[in-house]
Amino acid sequence: MPKTKNVSPKRGETLLLVGTMKGAFIFRAKRHAWEMGGPYFPGSSVYAMAYDGKRIWAGPSSMHFGALLRSSDDFGKSWTNPEEANIKFPAKTDAALKNIWQIVVGEDGTMYCGVEPAALFVSNDTGITWKLNENLWNHPQRPKWVPGGGGLCLHTILLDPEERKRIRVAVSTAGMYVTEDGGKSWRPSNKGVRAEFLPDKYPEFGQCVHKVVQSKQQPDRMFLQNHWGLYRSDDRGESWKDVANGVPSDFGFAMAIHPEDADTAWIVPLEADMFRCTPEGKLRVYRTRNGGKKWQAMTKGLPQEDAYECVVRDAMHADARGVYFGTRSGKLFASNNEGKSWKTVIDGLPPVVCMKSAVV
Amino acid sequence: MSYVFTIPGPLVELANNRREVRVSGRAQTVNDALSLLWRECPAVRDRVITERGEVRQHINIFVDGENIRDCGGLAAHTREGAEIVILPAVSGG
Repeated sequence: MPKTKNVSPKRGETLLLVGTMKGAFIFRAKRHAWEMGGPYFPGSSVYAMAYDGKRIWAGPSSMHFGALLRSSDDFGKSWTNPEEANIKFPAKTDAALKNIWQIVVGEDGTMYCGVEPAALFVSNDTGITWKLNENLWNHPQRPKWVPGGGGLCLHTILLDPEERKRIRVAVSTAGMYVTEDGGKSWRPSNKGVRAEFLPDKYPEFGQCVHKVVQSKQQPDRMFLQNHWGLYRSDDRGESWKDVANGVPSDFGFAMAIHPEDADTAWIVPLEADMFRCTPEGKLRVYRTRNGGKKWQAMTKGLPQEDAYECVVRDAMHADARGVYFGTRSGKLFASNNEGKSWKTVIDGLPPVVCMKSAVV
Repeated sequence: MSYVFTIPGPLVELANNRREVRVSGRAQTVNDALSLLWRECPAVRDRVITERGEVRQHINIFVDGENIRDCGGLAAHTREGAEIVILPAVSGG
């Protein structure tokens, strides 16, 4: 097994939590460089990571030994390794956990995990015990959900910044579902989002939503990157308007929203579902400053020749200090000027599938 | 009755750093014998068996040299003193 490096970040420093197909890494922003910690869980894919202000969470999945939720209170130097798998489907579901796709910690401490097969798990005791949200699992439409290329996964969880009981989840391939009563009832919420691969292009559910983001400042404003389709909502996700204006393709996965400006978001368009690479061999981040009326290519510092890259759904993140993304070819990029220019953090990681930034 | 289990390398730490674990008890089937192992090494169970009670797809269990997938799975009969080897499959990448 590889020798693991560790980092010891100081208060106020930026961390990048990076999940890859072969383990997790933690990058610490130093004055002029990034210091790397890892690999953690070598050999396991890590599709989900989170930092709750004290603790780093990760969902490593071993091809051989299954998936577990693990945490570290010392920035990766040591990790919990629960005796019993902490996220398990109840026997009556006849399902078995394949992967953890999303970890979200609410401001009240409630934790949520989105998993494959598509389901939502909730913990009210800081991640010690987990319970399946049976109301979503037993939704009458669930038998008609079908797996996308990454499996049938619940990959996005949005906790409404103002309404605690309102939670939105996205499933590939089922679309978005929303609850307004803390998970007791769920309804599909895909009005205006097209399903290119179905005879009915605007079904009630069944869309292949790739990523959804919501403004913390103006929660009515959301953006959605679909499997074909780039959308904005101004009514908290109740309806969606196509805003693919000036992008080389409206296919893509990754998406991030500005933490303070609801009109600003970033995406990385890909050529097509049949060729999931950056168009024209150019790695371009597209940014909108006006809610999607126009998207502009941000290329400074990114390879613009023979760069057939792919940035997957959870591999981009923005915070008050920067915008960050990782590629399936193992490159990490960071921008501290909202995308105007980019610097390479590292080139040579395993395929990046998760990127979260945090301030210690 | 006793059974000897060989623990795969990545799980040895979860078996109190034992590569080989001898358990005692009565077992008619592989599943019975594994239950004795789980009593001795509970943390190994969920890494080998899913919550559906199935051997994980990329784990193989050999009883006296024979892969249980070829001889009845977890319901396969096991003899007293059987040597049971748990191994990760060659899958990976």
